Amino acid sequence: MSKTLVIAEISGGKLKKTTHSAIGFARQAGAPFDILALGQGIGAAVEELRGFGAGAVLAADDALFANYVGEAFTPTVAEVAKAGGYDLVTVTASSFGKDLAPRVAVRIGAGLASDIARVESAGGKLLFKRPMYAGNALGTLELTSALKVVSVRQSEFEAAAPSGGASAVQAVKAAAAPLAAKVQFLSFDEVKSERPELTEAKTIVAGGRSLKSAEGFKTVLEPLVDALGAGMGASRAAVDAGYVPNDLQIGQTGKVVAPRLYFAVGISGAIQHLAGMKNSKVIVAINKDPEAPIFQVADYGLVADLFKVVPELTAAVKAARADG
Amino acid sequence: MKILVPLKRTADPDNANKIKIAAGGAKIVTDGLEPKINPFDEYAVEAALRLTENAKTRVAGDKVTIVSFGPKEAATNIRTALAMGADDGLLFHADDEALDGDLVARALAKVVETQKPDLVILGKQAVDGDSNQVGQILAELLQWPSATFAMSIELAKDKKSVIVGREVDGGVVKLKLELPAVITVDLRIVAPKSVVNNVTPATHVYSDGARYAPLPMIIKAKTKPIAEAPIASLGLDATLKSKYHTFELPPARKAGKKVKDVAELVGLLKSEAKVL
Repeated sequence: MSKTLVIAEISGGKLKKTTHSAIGFARQAGAPFDILALGQGIGAAVEELRGFGAGAVLAADDALFANYVGEAFTPTVAEVAKAGGYDLVTVTASSFGKDLAPRVAVRIGAGLASDIARVESAGGKLLFKRPMYAGNALGTLELTSALKVVSVRQSEFEAAAPSGGASAVQAVKAAAAPLAAKVQFLSFDEVKSERPELTEAKTIVAGGRSLKSAEGFKTVLEPLVDALGAGMGASRAAVDAGYVPNDLQIGQTGKVVAPRLYFAVGISGAIQHLAGMKNSKVIVAINKDPEAPIFQVADYGLVADLFKVVPELTAAVKAARADG
Repeated sequence: MKILVPLKRTADPDNANKIKIAAGGAKIVTDGLEPKINPFDEYAVEAALRLTENAKTRVAGDKVTIVSFGPKEAATNIRTALAMGADDGLLFHADDEALDGDLVARALAKVVETQKPDLVILGKQAVDGDSNQVGQILAELLQWPSATFAMSIELAKDKKSVIVGREVDGGVVKLKLELPAVITVDLRIVAPKSVVNNVTPATHVYSDGARYAPLPMIIKAKTKPIAEAPIASLGLDATLKSKYHTFELPPARKAGKKVKDVAELVGLLKSEAKVL
């Protein structure tokens, strides 16, 4: 009998929305599932998790899990996975899931499919489709091990909505984590922003190196971002140039997003950037170079000087919104 | 201080859109793409060099060893890392198809047993498979503390620990790790002040990015040792836990239309795309 274990992501006691994608995957995979929540002071998060149709919500509430450290979390996740007889363990491929999933796979002797975009069932086997080569190829992967660990790409699995009901809650004890004694958590320097998180934003405005400076982002791009109520992103080139923090990077090695509307402003469209945004529903590109590769994926392209047209666009968006 | 840097030979990531799929989806064909060091591994080499030098000269007794698993031609890529300043290399011959992240990590664990490094530093992911797993698996196999997605590394004066800044969703986490340890690096690790070893003067500013090998170093690298052996010599169970059935190209996105001005753009976003 197949059984899936979903690892919830909790930060500062709050359930992160990343978790909903892993739950969405578990529903697609088809087997009954339980959810494991680790953290400290996670009562509210556990309560929220009870509404997703899990057989049980397993709650590991312990000071050991106050902050995420892989060495502290791995033994408990592995012990729960083994003791409960789960053959599939899943987590969303956020920085949390990407760090944790391979460690858990080792502990339970499982094969790992990371950052998958789709799951299919063929002849009783699960096949996982995953983007490779910066999204320029899709590989269909089978895990040949009895136990399987899968991390899922948040932008490719629709966030699960609550299904009602109230799953049973079982308390789980923290397993001994001797390796955690060699790792000291010092700090989390959080980037605070009033804007929506990139992985959850319905509209994203991303800027490239053509904005020329941090000032360019602030004075030209940000008014458009806020007029649209959008999340703000950036190309790797803009991050490398130091205009904005890396947390805003969209691409193969940054965040992968698929909003309803994506504005690429002064972004040429390097392969590694396209890998992070080409599944957006509607793409708008603004660039003064008509040959920029970004135009090959854009639904609407405007060849123009961004310093001239972005303020115009900001004003037009404000006017359009005012008209309702 | 001894640092082991694993590196993978990958097809030029700047031209990844030129890959092809063999008939029937049997494999990904990268013919015509220049094989390069996986960029994140190249950054790991740079970080390892910065940790083991006093600005420009190697700290006496410190050493950086490169290891790779792949075709014989990967010796060229190891040689590039030696020209950057690494001391020696190990190449274990293997077909890429006979490897997965799990097997590479198990092979690395064997190499660590004999090389006994204080640190293993590697890229957070290879830009071909994009799996992001080898460092984490290795740390777990060795039962060494580790930090993934490093954007800063500071080596303690007594060289018994490191403080690593990790780039995570929503900010930067700082961890202090006892050595020996495993670190996987993110792109900002090659910023001018990202690596501090408390030997190189604080006034020294590295240039941004991985260093280029100057000609004298390229010549010198030709005489640096690379030990080669078949991967079978490590005595591993070669069974893979994962198997690719087929590969395909993702559906292509059609180029849309060019608009002449902001008014036309806003009009289309409202009336046609209905997203405003």
